Amino acid sequence: MRNSNEIIDDIANKEYEYGFTTDIEMDIAPAGLNEDVIRFISAKKEEPEWLLEWRLKGYQAFKKMQLPKWQHFDMPEMDFQKVSYYAAPKKKKQLNSLDEVDPELLATFEKLGIPLNEQKALSGVAVDAVFDSVSVATTFKGKLKEMGVIFCSFGEAVREHPDLVKKYLGSVVPHSDNIFAALNAAVFSDGSFVYIPKGVRCPMELSTYFRINAQNTGQFERTLIIADDNSYVSYLEGCTAPMRDENQLHAAVVELVAMDHAEIKYSTVQNWYPGDKDGKGGIYNFVTKRGICKGNSSKISWTQVETGSAITWKYPSVILQGDDAMGEFYSVAVTRNKQIADTGTKIYHLGRNTRSRIISKGISAGQGENTYRGLVQVGPRAHNARNFTQCDSLLIGNRCGAHTFPYIESRNKSATVEHEATTSKIGEDQIFYLNQRGIDTEKAVALIVNGYAKEVLNQLPMEFAVEAQKLLSITLEGSVG
Amino acid sequence: MLTIKNLHAEVDGKEILKGIDLEIRKGEVHAIMGPNGSGKSSLASVLAGRENYTVTQGEVNFDGKDLLELSPEDRAREGMFLAFQYPVEIPGVSNINFLKTALNEIRAYKGLPAMEAKEFLKLTKEKQQLVEFNANLMNRSLNEGFSGGEKKRNEILQLAMLDPKLGILDETDSGLDIDALRIVAGGVNKLRGPEKSFLVITHYQRLLDYIVPDFVHVLYNGRIVKTGTKELALELEEKGYDWLKEAEVHV
Repeated sequence: MRNSNEIIDDIANKEYEYGFTTDIEMDIAPAGLNEDVIRFISAKKEEPEWLLEWRLKGYQAFKKMQLPKWQHFDMPEMDFQKVSYYAAPKKKKQLNSLDEVDPELLATFEKLGIPLNEQKALSGVAVDAVFDSVSVATTFKGKLKEMGVIFCSFGEAVREHPDLVKKYLGSVVPHSDNIFAALNAAVFSDGSFVYIPKGVRCPMELSTYFRINAQNTGQFERTLIIADDNSYVSYLEGCTAPMRDENQLHAAVVELVAMDHAEIKYSTVQNWYPGDKDGKGGIYNFVTKRGICKGNSSKISWTQVETGSAITWKYPSVILQGDDAMGEFYSVAVTRNKQIADTGTKIYHLGRNTRSRIISKGISAGQGENTYRGLVQVGPRAHNARNFTQCDSLLIGNRCGAHTFPYIESRNKSATVEHEATTSKIGEDQIFYLNQRGIDTEKAVALIVNGYAKEVLNQLPMEFAVEAQKLLSITLEGSVG
Repeated sequence: MLTIKNLHAEVDGKEILKGIDLEIRKGEVHAIMGPNGSGKSSLASVLAGRENYTVTQGEVNFDGKDLLELSPEDRAREGMFLAFQYPVEIPGVSNINFLKTALNEIRAYKGLPAMEAKEFLKLTKEKQQLVEFNANLMNRSLNEGFSGGEKKRNEILQLAMLDPKLGILDETDSGLDIDALRIVAGGVNKLRGPEKSFLVITHYQRLLDYIVPDFVHVLYNGRIVKTGTKELALELEEKGYDWLKEAEVHV
């Protein structure tokens, strides 16, 4: 009979499901980073001069920056000259409709569970599918347009809505914010753009699915979401990549802007290739995500389920500028084998009566290392600011690690800042109890983990909660409650 | 139903069961009594397949199957149910979700399809009433923040729902006040029937006032030293366990 540790090991070592590659003709820029490459990307995308200049400013900033040293893991060696910064499926002609998308690409996304055919797609979810450096299709665009909602690839937004892009690009994450944001500014390829006009409640979930396919490339997409006064949008991103022995860099930037009484709910289900059980290969997921609650009573909520990547390193943040604004961060980060996660959030309370809530659930298995790092900053104007932070760690097995680095800086005496933290292990007695009720160890672990992460999973849009649960190796077939 | 022959088991290299022989037939209720440390709960753990217990000798046949060859979950699926002395808490997993998962795992093992939601809810309601279980606890996290009595009642509810062939009650009476004890025992009595057997492990005789056993066995120092009918329990109550030590010397 196998003991439960062996079974837990099996669960922790499960094969990556999305590791296949798509064989398709690609346009790939030669490896290396210099001004010519940036000009090449900009030209490929037929960009206006101002955007090229902005990219070049990003590149200048990047050149002056060093890799940080404060993170809680050994920084892998990075040779930025060995990476190709542009890879796109060759297209025969300008795409006018979904019917003209390469069937190979449609098949790829279908295999990933993201049908781009509107008849087959989940009703109520519009998808922008990004393959390596470019967006291949966006569904339900027409339907959204009727309500004035703009949902398109970043490239299209630059062409069709240059004023909006110019106004907000880099307004939350400047081109010189940090080394990876600067790199992204210089070479960003595609991504999604969303604009919700005043008073509109976006009728569908908007979603972007990112797929890395090409070898020796990085993915550097940019997402910009603007919710105008009294609007609401729920947005979700998902991502996978093939299994490869070498590491690939994913350095994305996400900027969110919420105006008066607007609400943006941003969810991530991250499942980049995590590397094999010995830690070979996998994605370096070094992402800068930040939102600004510009308007009064605006709200930004980040929910992330991070299960993939060799290293996940990001702090989706909220600047609470408007009075009565609210910021939330819900996170489940799972590390197994030799995966590393150093993640958390930064909340800046600037306006009066601003509130924030942070719920972080780390799960470490195998030899995984999980770090929560968070900053709650209360500025002098932020009277009656309130924060609640709960930071839990769950350990599976005895070779993994969990670490917590919470920072609290308050410059206002009327602020209330709370921090709670727990660390627990899945007990043998819990597993045995479930075994004794006819539930095998694999399902028992899944059930326990799901219960532990429930508070965060509940934040996900219904359509995606299922995928997230599956990712946590959870089977809830036919269950209620 | 259950036949135990010369069962020896150890934990951490220390022998705790030293040759148990026991036969439980269909529909019978057997009680095992004995002082602390006599091996009562160890017997329950060994039968259920707890990991750190090693069987060194003997055999156990459960309804025609070699029990010791089965994993803990398969023992449960074959119809063995252990009501725990200390039921665990599992935060975030609702009681009802847990019950449905367990029920359907057992059904799947038997080749049955998952129970339909409507049927499941009906069954739950019926069994809840049977064991007087507070319906408000169904959507709460499994045992989390339950009182001692609520946890024990939840064990009996699970027993009712999962409908095993053999229910082992491991000191289910410990930590219960008299009212809770009466309700728990009442639940068990309603579940008794010609197809269902029980092994009731208890330190005190008082539980046996409510759940009247067909046989009483006295476990001492890893062995069954005396077997009798329900009168034996009364005798133990009166005399305590000390006289057994002398009895054992003479065995």
